[in-house]
Amino acid sequence: MDFRRLIRAALWLVVPATAFAADDIKLPADWRGSLHGFGLVNYSVQPDLESSPDSDGLGGHGFLLGEERLQLKLEARSPQGAVHLLAKPEFHHDAVDETFGADLREGYLDYARDAWGLRLGRQILTWGVGDLVFINDVFPKDYAAFFSGRPLEYLKLGVDGLSANVHTKGITAEFVVVPPGLFTPNQLPPRERFHQFDPFPLLPRETDEPDVRIENTELALRLYRTLAETEVSLYAYHGFWRNYALEPDDPSMPAAAIEFYPRLVVFGASARRAGLGGVLGAETGYYYSADDPSGTRAAIENSQLRFLLTYQRQIARDFIASLEYYGEWMQNFDAYRRTVPAGFPQRPQWRDLIGLRLTKLLHYQTFKLSWFSFYSPMAGGFFLNPELSYQFTDGLWAALGGSVFGGPTDSFLGQLGRNDIVYATVRYSF
Amino acid sequence: MKTQIVLLRVGLGLASAMAHPPSADEIATKSLQAFHYAGQDMSARVVMTLVSKGGQQRVRELTLLRRNSGEDRQKYFLYFHRPAEVRGTALLVSTEPARDADRWLFVPALNLVQRIAARDAESSFVGSDFSYQDVSGRPLEADTRTLLREEAVEGKPCYVMESVPKGRASFTRKLSWIDRATFLPLKEEFYDAQRELFKVFTADKVREVDGLPTATRRTMKNVKRGHSTEVVFQQIKYNVGLTEDVFTERSLRRPPGQWISGD
Repeated sequence: MDFRRLIRAALWLVVPATAFAADDIKLPADWRGSLHGFGLVNYSVQPDLESSPDSDGLGGHGFLLGEERLQLKLEARSPQGAVHLLAKPEFHHDAVDETFGADLREGYLDYARDAWGLRLGRQILTWGVGDLVFINDVFPKDYAAFFSGRPLEYLKLGVDGLSANVHTKGITAEFVVVPPGLFTPNQLPPRERFHQFDPFPLLPRETDEPDVRIENTELALRLYRTLAETEVSLYAYHGFWRNYALEPDDPSMPAAAIEFYPRLVVFGASARRAGLGGVLGAETGYYYSADDPSGTRAAIENSQLRFLLTYQRQIARDFIASLEYYGEWMQNFDAYRRTVPAGFPQRPQWRDLIGLRLTKLLHYQTFKLSWFSFYSPMAGGFFLNPELSYQFTDGLWAALGGSVFGGPTDSFLGQLGRNDIVYATVRYSF
Repeated sequence: MKTQIVLLRVGLGLASAMAHPPSADEIATKSLQAFHYAGQDMSARVVMTLVSKGGQQRVRELTLLRRNSGEDRQKYFLYFHRPAEVRGTALLVSTEPARDADRWLFVPALNLVQRIAARDAESSFVGSDFSYQDVSGRPLEADTRTLLREEAVEGKPCYVMESVPKGRASFTRKLSWIDRATFLPLKEEFYDAQRELFKVFTADKVREVDGLPTATRRTMKNVKRGHSTEVVFQQIKYNVGLTEDVFTERSLRRPPGQWISGD
């Protein structure tokens, strides 16, 4: 209860904190610091949500999300700028579950020299050329946040580890190490708030994260350079699938369904350049499912070949359109088909998506109309996300948007068809 | 003897320059050089104040790093300090007169480097009355020019030049008052398709920095909409030794503390 009071007090801090916001705070030993942050109010309504009578809060009234959040951003720099510290603690209140919480969004130490740099701590990493499509971006995602109508930045979760970059002769290498025991899985939409297929509805769930063993260290590498005006990147990853695999503990007498994270190895490449009056991009990646290379274990994702083509173009003043095509090809489809248990939905060998994003800025870029959609030509499913936002002042903006899923109920997007939402966000930055 | 001939030629050259004013194209070339290409490189702290018709102000504060990389090519690195909402955002722009600029935007909340399709150099720079082109310079080949007359602006003798775009542009005619001594534009008037004045640029304060005349305060006013943007350049330094490494994706992701600190 004291914890609740603490968080509530922290949320109220948004008002006085704005007064302490500062760009240049003098610290001991000639270090310089800054304090910033934001207060965020984020509500979303799911018209089709079954009311949960046992909920204390807004959960019983069709609300999927009712959140107030305070983020502080604290920074410090050494006199020459070689050392940089950043921490973004967050305090939040969820009016749906009536819960309070605190966490660290990002927090790291940077050390930079001319030719190399290190970053140690919780950090957000984004690789690849896709727009909401990820191939070589093997870092954790929060799909629950995305499907709840939270701001897009919350789709990404930080990794807890060390990243290093080295720059030599036009080539830059980025290397990421996540020690065993610090694996971060994807956050999937919670079953109590989202309608989704559950193969083991009656079994309790247990989670089995990778053991703390040296071979369970996650490693990610990206090499990039510009060649003939094309930005070229090569990628490699050794680690785990971040979406859990699900298996009963004992097939004959199941007492629990186990969520676990099989091994994954990825090799990939991407390229991006100016072309056709806009920007062209391409990306590919081979996902090697190291715990089930032959594709005979039903619970584990098969190996895959993924690819993506993107094209972005300015079609009028302050109006940008981007189009992408994503394909995913299951490698051992025959083996997979033989192992799918009866009664389970069978996935197709090919999955694809066409993504379209339209962004129009108006009135000195204070008013933004945006449209994002996915459509799967093969499966027929779709996802629509229109949004309007307005910047009232430099510090205050608000957004109103919706997420709509549709299509055949056996398609990936169609099965989420009852999770349509309308969301509203107000953010004050200081 | 040889020296005497050279001196004589220089003398004759000067005499002819004084007798005949430079052509409009010569003035435009020198003006572009003085206004957008001064020095080998430059660093400055820039404060942009956007004022709406109703008087509401929005403020952008950024570090601007520019480097001339030969053959009229330039690279810009812009790091935003204010507003808090975009603090840490950085923009890398590579310009070349004959082609569309390349732009990369770093979004710190996602640690993401986006490449932005930039066909339209006349689109607004960060929501201000200045376009990207106003910031980095309009290619000389884009317009035809006529020298109209000479006239003083606040006591400074100026060439008055008319520019008419060869292709489609946001303006149909531009009048520029270019300082005869420094070749900096002191005032520019932009006329729209209705032949009406819609945008006015003024260099409100000019001073010499490291021996180079620099417009340290500039205003662009949209007289039709009543919106205006004032830009103040502070901590200006020329020829500081910026290298190509500053203008890279790596630098967007890990902004060079040496150049952007002093928050």
